[in-house]
Amino acid sequence: MTKFHDMGGRTCNEAICRTGREVNVFEREWHARALAATLAAGMLGAWNIDASRHARECLAEEDHGKLSYYEIWMAALANLLVRSGLVTRSELANPANADKVPLSASAAKAWQVDGILNKGSPTARETGNAPRFHLGQTVRASHPHSNRFLKGGHTRLPHYVQGRTGTICRSGEAHILPDSNAHYLGEQPEHLYSVRFSMAQLWQGDAERSDDEVVLDLWESYLEAA
Amino acid sequence: MSLQGNSNLHSHHNLLPAEPALRVEALETILIRKGLVDPAALGKIIDYYEHKVGPRHGAGVVAKSWIDQKFRSALVANATTAIASLNISGRQGEHIVAVENTPEVHNLVVCTLCSCYPWPLLGLPPAWYKSHAYRSRAVREPRRVLAEFGVDLMPSQKVRVWDSTSETRYMVVPMRPAGSECMNEGELAALVSRDSMIGAALAGIPEPT
Repeated sequence: MTKFHDMGGRTCNEAICRTGREVNVFEREWHARALAATLAAGMLGAWNIDASRHARECLAEEDHGKLSYYEIWMAALANLLVRSGLVTRSELANPANADKVPLSASAAKAWQVDGILNKGSPTARETGNAPRFHLGQTVRASHPHSNRFLKGGHTRLPHYVQGRTGTICRSGEAHILPDSNAHYLGEQPEHLYSVRFSMAQLWQGDAERSDDEVVLDLWESYLEAA
Repeated sequence: MSLQGNSNLHSHHNLLPAEPALRVEALETILIRKGLVDPAALGKIIDYYEHKVGPRHGAGVVAKSWIDQKFRSALVANATTAIASLNISGRQGEHIVAVENTPEVHNLVVCTLCSCYPWPLLGLPPAWYKSHAYRSRAVREPRRVLAEFGVDLMPSQKVRVWDSTSETRYMVVPMRPAGSECMNEGELAALVSRDSMIGAALAGIPEPT
């Protein structure tokens, strides 16, 4: 069974609703505020982007069914704040009763915001290991696949590609491994490869055109030589 | 922080009000009272995404690549460095790859696992890009999706879909439209829509003069 967020290839007959040209960046005022609260809290450095993705993914199935995009962000933020020990459950229940304290030294100040957002957080890392695979090599995406550190943990290998055979079309850098980083087990960087899969390989007889392709970026431990 | 996987996580968010506008207010109140967030920083973040990034940056990059062959080669070789030379960089754009549409290939970008998108070049993603329908269908039936979007592919074009599973972010460089030969960089940039840089549209056709 696939997890709710792992949507690629799921049977879906819904049209994709592109409602004309969106006038505003944020459809609702609270969308903007949810994004800002999430990013500002993230700047404390108490968690990383992989942990925050995992926090969204592991919301209860019924939450995924009923919550909209930025509601999912807010639910994950609330859970991260409590799990990281920054906020208590009783403070969540009664925000106005939370003790007032001066601004933390690790909080981003308003004047620092543009600089932090312009800089971002690159994830490429040096690793002492030589790459296991080379350009043009045929590889298979692991199957069955799961986070190798933790049962039910975070991973970035979509279900629809597991067990499928593809060709490495780009390689070069090692990147932080989300499977480890999401659970605060260190960055454990691995070589990252772009792997090209034919539609025929992914969907067999259901492929729209067999030589169309999907390319995914996959970490070395997600792959085996084929 | 405990090392928890997917199962049996204690959920805390239900302690907050269910109504989204009240929920965000409650979160802001806690974060500010506890000194975890500078209230003025919240406004700065919103201003940044409303006014300082957006598809005009990506459109400028595409237009420059259409008239400057040297820049185009640099963009295809290493887009992160090439766009940094135009002072474009930032969160969700730390590692950029530019993929060119040609008479042989039409590129389409998706994130099936969440909503990864090149923020510094295109701003925040539109609702349709984050929709369950797009995330489900783009890798399975991209031709049907493109037909719904009104994109006419050439018979010679194969479709290549980029599923953004890592921190690499993809930008599509649409083909320069016929009839744009005499246009300057600014005029060309106006032909480059946000959706054309996702691969969900083609570049605009110049008005006949």
